[in-house]
Amino acid sequence: MAPISNWRTSVAERRAPGAASRLLGRLGEAVTARLWRLGFASRFFGYMLLHSGTALRRFQLTLREIYFAGVLSLIIILVSGLFVGMVLGLQGYETLQRYGSSEALGILVALSLVRELGPVVAGLLFASRAGSAITAEIGLMKATEQIAAMEMMAVDPIARVVAPRFWGGVISMPLLAALFSAMGIFGGYLVGVQLIGVDEGAFWSQMQASVDVREDILNGVIKSVVFGVAVTWIAVFEGYDAQPTAEGVSSATTRTVVTSSLAILALDFMLTALMFTGGNAR
Amino acid sequence: MNRATIDVWVGVFVAAGFAALLFLALKVGNLASFSTNPTYQVQAKFANIGGLKVRAPIKSAGVVVGRVTEVRFDNESFEAVVTLNLDARYQFPRDTSAKILTSGLLGEQYLGLEAGGDGVMLKQGDRLRLTQSAVVLENLISQFLFNKAAEEKDGKEKK
Repeated sequence: MAPISNWRTSVAERRAPGAASRLLGRLGEAVTARLWRLGFASRFFGYMLLHSGTALRRFQLTLREIYFAGVLSLIIILVSGLFVGMVLGLQGYETLQRYGSSEALGILVALSLVRELGPVVAGLLFASRAGSAITAEIGLMKATEQIAAMEMMAVDPIARVVAPRFWGGVISMPLLAALFSAMGIFGGYLVGVQLIGVDEGAFWSQMQASVDVREDILNGVIKSVVFGVAVTWIAVFEGYDAQPTAEGVSSATTRTVVTSSLAILALDFMLTALMFTGGNAR
Repeated sequence: MNRATIDVWVGVFVAAGFAALLFLALKVGNLASFSTNPTYQVQAKFANIGGLKVRAPIKSAGVVVGRVTEVRFDNESFEAVVTLNLDARYQFPRDTSAKILTSGLLGEQYLGLEAGGDGVMLKQGDRLRLTQSAVVLENLISQFLFNKAAEEKDGKEKK
């Protein structure tokens, strides 16, 4: 028996038959179903953390998942980082030169990438590239009864299948975000300095003078770690909770991308409000 | 995909990721400019510090010689007390004056030090006596307007 049972049966048992107001009943059901799902997801998260000993002891399992989540996302992350940086360079220069401060281009490119765009865009790309793959893989394993087979052999599928994917994603995400930011700054440098001709010394020195290692870079890394946890949690949960049919797997994959994109944007707002607005007195 | 290939690629990926972090910290951030040199603290009181912030640079003759480490309000003299963290390589005479200046027309504010002529050097815990507050644009404008109004009034009375 699975250590974590499905929430659906519980909801079905709890529904009161012959409700007076069907509409109200359905509304209530939708809300309760979501709450149950959230509760189940949290329990799942806790269980996964408690049983990730195998994933860390047999690190080869996690390494394989880092390969699938991280290495295979490299191309898309690097290319989009480069283009985002180049666009920032062009647009930033266009605006800054109106105020005669085109030397501040380095600050603009670096701060917007390190604080916001790096973690957020890398997170969105990661959700659609790696998150959907994780969900589809686990969902298919469930649909083809591989998960059930593991349980029959007394292998805990959460420890063996889910936890390594989770840790692989959590380790990959900050590295991908850092690569995205670095690539974007390089793109901004290419356009700003090489193409448009902003002074190279001013570009780097102004950037270094106003980007703080702790305030900006470390906070960006913290953001990307949080996004990594959120995206992979949603991905493995949706996969594990998918209806074991072709249709169920496809809708679970869609849900992964939608939910994790929304989660990234909402979390980003909260983290930004916590990190970057409290320090007015500094 | 066999194990060895995966290991190599993951190794490359992790190395590249850390290289990117290092690039961000050293080339983009200012970790490289963090000096581990010994420093000494000096205080200065200002009637108005304008927009001076903690970590603002302290410059003398345009060269960064330290950073502002603390800004607080003294409730007895009703003045701002700024703590300056100066690099021990740079010694200043005791009658050095401090000014709050702005880089560019509307840029960030920094502290400018102008060396005096005293033979005794500043040491840890000293206080700068000569300070000049930040220029507040509103005050300047209102002063200018009042002067202008007073001149016009004088002119009319003479007629």
